[in-house]
Amino acid sequence: MTDTISKEERLTQLWELGPLFVSGTPHAVALGFRFVAVDIGSATLAMDYDAKLIGDTETRVMAGGVVTALLDHTSGLAAISAFEQSVPVATLDMRIDYMRAAEPGKNLIAEARCYKTTRNVAFVRAVAHDGDSDNPVASCQAVFMTTGGGWKSDKEDGPQIKRVPT
Amino acid sequence: MTKKSSDFTESEIAARLDKIPYAKFLNIRPLLMGTELTMVMPYSDDIIGNPLLKALHGGSVSAFMEITAIVQLAIENQTVQFARPVGVNIDYLRRGRPQDTYARAVIMRQGSRVANVQVRAWQRSFDEPITVLHGHFMLARDT
Repeated sequence: MTDTISKEERLTQLWELGPLFVSGTPHAVALGFRFVAVDIGSATLAMDYDAKLIGDTETRVMAGGVVTALLDHTSGLAAISAFEQSVPVATLDMRIDYMRAAEPGKNLIAEARCYKTTRNVAFVRAVAHDGDSDNPVASCQAVFMTTGGGWKSDKEDGPQIKRVPT
Repeated sequence: MTKKSSDFTESEIAARLDKIPYAKFLNIRPLLMGTELTMVMPYSDDIIGNPLLKALHGGSVSAFMEITAIVQLAIENQTVQFARPVGVNIDYLRRGRPQDTYARAVIMRQGSRVANVQVRAWQRSFDEPITVLHGHFMLARDT
């Protein structure tokens, strides 16, 4: 059975994990993602405007797919941070609303919050904006599942994945 | 549908892709088989999301599928400008392996302003999709 971890210990783990979650992911590095912040059940990442990621040379707006990737990655970190241990997760599905075009030249920020976890599943909402979170570029809702460990049940021995009390 | 897919050429498709730097970044290229357009995203280390599993990043596959959708809309409607995604849903069915990925888009319904598009991405077999996307796209106005 698991030893309960304190909130402080978990936060220390998460702040060690956060930068690695970006630098250790080749696609995140290729797109220039930056770690900004993490808390239990939430995460913030950012990225600089980059001409090579433009979706249309006429408008010079960054491609919708770039925003999708940033939201996916930020939501993934928020999902992991909501569990008691840093287990790997995989995106099951995702719904993205594109509210407006990101302004050319401006950096993008994604803020994600995991609002519910079960033993194997994390439910996350996120927004991407270019400076004002009340005026989002896109929002998304995603479901993540823990991977690698098979089904987690209270009856099994071994690591238990539980939500950290906040 | 204003134009049948049999009417467009691979170079017309390549011309559309040239206007998307991000498509170049992902090395996306067209593969025209008869009247069916399949897009190819060649494997590269840069699109890996999980280095331990060597799994593709969901974001790279999603971006690939969005580009497949807007290029399909641009060639079928013969527009110079691109449609813009309004809302998309993505289901990740299988882990993306470190190999080439293919995608094909089908326009399910097109109105005067909005189109509903479904995209399927696969690797080893068309019958084993790794990711499916469906969503609404605001059409370009230069039709």
